[in-house]
Amino acid sequence: MSAGLVSDISIFVLAILAGYEVISKVPSTLHTPLMSASNAIHGIVVVGAMITAAQAHDATGYVLMFVASVFAAMNVVGGYAVTDRMLEMFKKRPAPQPQADPTKNGN
Amino acid sequence: MGTVDTIVAMAYLVAAIAFIAGLHLMNSPATARKGSPISTAGMVVAVAATLAKMANDGNTSTTAWIVLAAGLVVGGGAGLWMAHSVKMTAIPQLVSLFNAVGGGAAAVIAIADFVRLAGVSGTAITPRTAVATALDVIIGGVTFSGSLIAAGKLQGWITGQPVVFRGARVLTGALAAVGVGGSAYLFTGSENIGILMMVVGASLVFGITMVLPIGGADMPVVISLLNAFTGIAVAMAGFVINSAGLIIGGALVGASGTILTILMAEAMNRSIPNIIIGGFGTGDSAVAVGAGATGDIRRLSADDAAIQMSYASKVIIVPGYGLAAAQAQRECRELADVLESRGVDVSYAIHPVAGRMPGHMNVLLAEVNVPYTQLKEMDAVNPEFDSADVALVVGANDVTNPAARRPNTPLSGMPILDVDHAKNIIVIKRSMGHGYAGIDNELYTNPKTGMFFADAKKGLAEITAAAKALVG
Repeated sequence: MSAGLVSDISIFVLAILAGYEVISKVPSTLHTPLMSASNAIHGIVVVGAMITAAQAHDATGYVLMFVASVFAAMNVVGGYAVTDRMLEMFKKRPAPQPQADPTKNGN
Repeated sequence: MGTVDTIVAMAYLVAAIAFIAGLHLMNSPATARKGSPISTAGMVVAVAATLAKMANDGNTSTTAWIVLAAGLVVGGGAGLWMAHSVKMTAIPQLVSLFNAVGGGAAAVIAIADFVRLAGVSGTAITPRTAVATALDVIIGGVTFSGSLIAAGKLQGWITGQPVVFRGARVLTGALAAVGVGGSAYLFTGSENIGILMMVVGASLVFGITMVLPIGGADMPVVISLLNAFTGIAVAMAGFVINSAGLIIGGALVGASGTILTILMAEAMNRSIPNIIIGGFGTGDSAVAVGAGATGDIRRLSADDAAIQMSYASKVIIVPGYGLAAAQAQRECRELADVLESRGVDVSYAIHPVAGRMPGHMNVLLAEVNVPYTQLKEMDAVNPEFDSADVALVVGANDVTNPAARRPNTPLSGMPILDVDHAKNIIVIKRSMGHGYAGIDNELYTNPKTGMFFADAKKGLAEITAAAKALVG
């Protein structure tokens, strides 16, 4: 086994443990946003599509790389956009709904 | 390592830290919104660093740059459009679609790398690349087709019923044999593209046959599982093309998706092997013949319901999928406001799988500014039903069925909301139709229960209008 492979496997295993530790504490309220957020993170595959692009030098390579880049970009852009839309709803708001009653202030 | 390579490696590290920090902030609703920008920033750093490296290395052809740019614009534009146009109730389908393309991209990357290496004479495919490639195309392929089927089922394009056909077991076995055999052949260092394509094809078909027999009720668990699969496929793509960024990002998602899957399955009292294998062959446990579809039900008008609730001191609202499907969250909030203005104590009982996914109902209600403090989780709210004057069930079915407390029903063992403990029960429902479990809900024939047959949105609006008239 090469040193490179050993270090890659180490990174892989440690990242799994990190993911486990970070995520096991999330309250169920946030599970859907969380699923969407982790969905966006696997959009990192777009970096892979770019690396593939750097190595493409013939028609087959271009076609495959095009497919990979369309898929990956859809994943990463859509994933983050939809996560943001969902989290938009977790905005902090004043605890009691402000009752529209401006006359109260003066008195 | 050149300077640029070092900077790029550091950038991937920064991105990884941002991903972990972003997920960490999602521990609490208060900080959740900060998490996404941090994670996004990490992604931007990773992409920018990769661009910088490509420009610096200078071996990307002009054509490749153009094709890449076109691909990113097309895919990114489509993703952005879908994310902004989707309805909140359809988010599970969209997540599933993004799983499909993510897994698909990971598989295509491995295929492209294999085809390129096979085309260059004198370069042997190392065991590392062969193993990672085989795992990548298998997991990525299964995820791609399986996620599309899952999305189709939730969208209603494919029947939500379990699809079981003759010979499914034999087909599954054959596909597995092709996948394993083909992979083993590739491990020997073969550069045979045909064999790789056979493995890809078997994986795609396997994804379809894996998800088709699973019922719609289990789809959220399946989507979550496929989310984890996508992560692992991306990590494998990282092994194929030597990218630590992909390995870290993919592994993080692999772990998170797995945990989320387990949590969801627990909430539904299903085991994951049960869901996956249950679909193959055995089918769903024969649908129990309902105890009494003929049982008497008591019908209620909007006025009756309004009066009951207006003069109650405590009302617990139980929102279910019917509310989500009818987009009735705003009407629900309005009714709660009217009741509160009359001094009624209103709260919401949220079953872990209300809606389509854990937390889905919270998102929908948060959309219309229902205060967090009124949303109560199952364990916290169940004792409160005893002191509730009215439990208002809006489009929820299986999660309120007392049959779950008895053995030998399809629902047995599923944790339910103790709605039947309330003094009065009002159910807004379109018809006596069944939930996913396909059995009658004994709650509806309970003498304490009044049925108000209406679409959730219209029904709530009518009750609200009636309650307002009372106040006036």
